Amino acid sequence: MVAGGFGVGKTTFVGAVSEINPLRTEAVMTSASAGIDDLTHTGDKTTTTVAMDFGRITLDQDLILYLFGTPGQDRFWFMWDDLVRGAIGAVVLVDTRRLADCFPAVDYFENSGLPFVIALNGFDGQQPYNPDEVREALQIGPDTPIITTDARHRADAKSTLITLVEHALMARLR
Amino acid sequence: MATPPGGPSSGNWSYGPAQGPNDGSANPYNFPSTPSHRQPYAPQGPGPSPYDQPQAPRIQPVQPHRRTPEPAPAGGASNPLVRPYAMTGGRTRPRYQLAIEALVHTTAAPHQMQGQLPEHQRICNLCREIKSVAEVSALLTIPLGVARILVADLAEAGLVAIHQPGGDENAGGQPAVTLLERVLSGLRKL
Repeated sequence: MVAGGFGVGKTTFVGAVSEINPLRTEAVMTSASAGIDDLTHTGDKTTTTVAMDFGRITLDQDLILYLFGTPGQDRFWFMWDDLVRGAIGAVVLVDTRRLADCFPAVDYFENSGLPFVIALNGFDGQQPYNPDEVREALQIGPDTPIITTDARHRADAKSTLITLVEHALMARLR
Repeated sequence: MATPPGGPSSGNWSYGPAQGPNDGSANPYNFPSTPSHRQPYAPQGPGPSPYDQPQAPRIQPVQPHRRTPEPAPAGGASNPLVRPYAMTGGRTRPRYQLAIEALVHTTAAPHQMQGQLPEHQRICNLCREIKSVAEVSALLTIPLGVARILVADLAEAGLVAIHQPGGDENAGGQPAVTLLERVLSGLRKL
């Protein structure tokens, strides 16, 4: 999973390392979750469309990694719940100029127990804050990696994913 | 042609084994792992379901509501758009809970496609090369929930094989350590 605030570069990150151009899937849902087999009352419900971008990396003949950018709006937690099952982990992309935008994602992954790393996306190649400062500001424990990245560059995105999977593996073996 | 003239409310579509020419073939499914950590949907309604598949004991069919004919939604007659769930006969839950990243691979021969719904045929044509449920949704511009239902229909009819991601049952369904190691090794080789 690739999470973070609106406009932080999630789709850019997915596109940098994906073998296909990022695709967009849309989920349609109504505000009521019960009894929606029946369309009789559709007129009374608010219908919402959630868009989610994703990419894919074929790692081996029988191994495909999918990268899902989480829906930007924090209120679509049900989509996150859907994604988190079966996920290896999450990259939380952070724009350090808008640090608070990543709070919901950090909270979510801390609560769900999914391994995550924090990747500071350097806009225009600038990293105004270093990982230690961000760690203190976010009150993130020492076990969670905080790294710098550039979501536009394949090598950076790849290295971020490697850090995440290493972290997930360590978490499993611990 | 995604909806009958009466719109989504005339829901007497024939889904299920009677539709395909290959019903009765012995276990055409390929479910290497039924993800037990996922909460199975509870049966939705009383009474016998036409979707019960006795030859598939390892997977839990979901019994959808039997819908009775009902008036069209208010304003539906003037709405030119096909409501997304019209394709599914109004069902909003698939018979199997498919992961968004579950892989779909067509196993049907071309002659088996005749008589299938256009959406089912499009999915089968797309999945001659292996695709995830997410890709089916995105490439065919079908909402994710609808794609899940249609793919589950095809799996039940034995026209596609599903490869659900396997979790480690001893670790609450988290990816197995060996899988993580393979992913790591694959990423490093990129």
